Amino acid sequence: MSALQKMMGWIDDRFPLTATYKAHLSEYYAPKNFNFWYFFGSLALLVLVIQIVTGIFLTMNYKPDAELAFTSVEYIMRDVDWGWLIRYMHSTGASMFFVVVYLHMFRGLMYGSYRKPRELIWIFGVLIYLALMAEAFLGYLLPWGQMSFWGAQVIVNLFAAVPFIGEDLSIWIRGDYVISDATLNRFFAFHVIALPLVLIALVAVHLVALHEVGSNNPDGVEIKKKKDANGIPLDGIPFHPYYTVKDIVGVIVFLMVFSAILFFAPEMGGYFLEAANFVPADPLKTPEHIAPLWYFTPFYAILRAVPPLFGSQFPGVVAMGLSIVFLFFLPWLDRSKVKSIRYRGPIYKIMLALFIVSFIGLGYLGLLPSTPVATIFAQVFSVIYFLFFLLMPWYTSIDKTKPEPERVTG
Amino acid sequence: MSQEVDGQKVDTRKRKFLIAATSAVGGVAVAGVAVPLVMSMLPSARAKAAGAPVEVDISKVEPGMLLTVEWRGKPVWIVNRTPDMLELMAKHDDQLADPKSDMPQQPDYCKNANRSIKPEFLVAVGICTHLGCSPTYRKEVGAADLGADWPGGFFCPCHGSRFDLAARVYKGVPAPTNLVIPPHQYLSDAKLLIGVDAKGA
Repeated sequence: MSALQKMMGWIDDRFPLTATYKAHLSEYYAPKNFNFWYFFGSLALLVLVIQIVTGIFLTMNYKPDAELAFTSVEYIMRDVDWGWLIRYMHSTGASMFFVVVYLHMFRGLMYGSYRKPRELIWIFGVLIYLALMAEAFLGYLLPWGQMSFWGAQVIVNLFAAVPFIGEDLSIWIRGDYVISDATLNRFFAFHVIALPLVLIALVAVHLVALHEVGSNNPDGVEIKKKKDANGIPLDGIPFHPYYTVKDIVGVIVFLMVFSAILFFAPEMGGYFLEAANFVPADPLKTPEHIAPLWYFTPFYAILRAVPPLFGSQFPGVVAMGLSIVFLFFLPWLDRSKVKSIRYRGPIYKIMLALFIVSFIGLGYLGLLPSTPVATIFAQVFSVIYFLFFLLMPWYTSIDKTKPEPERVTG
Repeated sequence: MSQEVDGQKVDTRKRKFLIAATSAVGGVAVAGVAVPLVMSMLPSARAKAAGAPVEVDISKVEPGMLLTVEWRGKPVWIVNRTPDMLELMAKHDDQLADPKSDMPQQPDYCKNANRSIKPEFLVAVGICTHLGCSPTYRKEVGAADLGADWPGGFFCPCHGSRFDLAARVYKGVPAPTNLVIPPHQYLSDAKLLIGVDAKGA
């Protein structure tokens, strides 16, 4: 026995290192037919690491103080060695996080990855998405620019629309009667400690649940149904080395795109960093046009599409909340006999296409100032968005499906 | 109630009671610790003290001009309305959601046609009652982007709410109510105090 083997043995007697490595990597059997859409889970993990590492270095120079915050960000950009790179990695990472998460979620919709027995994986995933939105919103206040300030003002005031307790609730969230130093300081605390901990914990349970039931695949058939004499799925291959190598290819391509944005268009024409945010926060003056960052605009458009009822903005806030709540129920709304879009009938394909068009349409409208025509479009798209969920039990059960294959098709 | 477990007599009723009692006491302790944490997020004594009244010299606010001052961290507008503005303002009550200021968005002494103590001086909190943006002062009558019948007023750039020069909200816009008129009083012709009512008012 070599010294290395001896040391591993010593550790394994005290900590399940080899067993954990086998369970999650070298003997975790994933379906052999993963395609392009299966890159985005590991890429999301990569972006999480980028955000945490760059975030740690940003906090070394950032000052969570209303008087100092804006200048400390400019200080990072101009005076700290490589500060601009770290800051742009963090701001680009925020948008890219949503890019990969949206693609990852779309993969789930296409291949029915939320279906039994993966309901909890999906629910943990939606919770990750919610935590990610909270994290992004809190982080956006920190540069203390005009968009930071007025964006936070609008979003915190959404809570004020809650009947009866709204006003007190919004004061409690702000810690003041307006967005102020107190708000900035607590948002910083949530952004750098509370939510990252929640995110990491959720990612951990997402992965534990995934490795318990095993990955879905583009055919939506369970590889665990067909096993060889050793109990290994016939259509499974060990995650390491097969998918670690595949994912590295994805990482390289992703990092090329990431670097292109980072070095050549870090503001992405105002979509990743808005122009108004290069002006320090001014509580007395609202910018001409307020739009949230691109990844929030679909929900913002739904909010604006609902007119105030009974002198209250609350219905719009409820609609916005429901648009995410419905995601949680997806595993039980889908009654189709098959999981994957490959074997679904035309109705589901049309509904999914309409849903994606509506989501992108809402995202586009959320960027624009509110006009009567835009509002009508937003209302139509919002209705389609909700019908995708509300009618799902009906259209998935009447849809003509093709028979699923016995084994994955490569 | 007792039960045989591994050849031993176990009082499961007592066991359940003890589990429930321990959980309840533990729960109370957690709630007890949570209260100070949650309460610490309310506005601090310093934030509450910052609500002190603000004294403003209005002698330099010329007719038609708007002056913004900060009170409790919010913008407060002081507009010196011209007689023309006041005249136009009285002509569109039918387009307003609450022309008579029935909603308690102002102190009683401002529940009148002009929503002010002195007819010409409007004193209002410049925060939209929709989602808290600060509307823009648009005094140009018939401004191109606001329509030929625009009589001058305030336009919120965030979601398009409109208010007239008495800070009354139009019908069919996102904002549900008129802008807030803060408590205020005149110390003299040129001195305005924002934040406190006049004695006896």
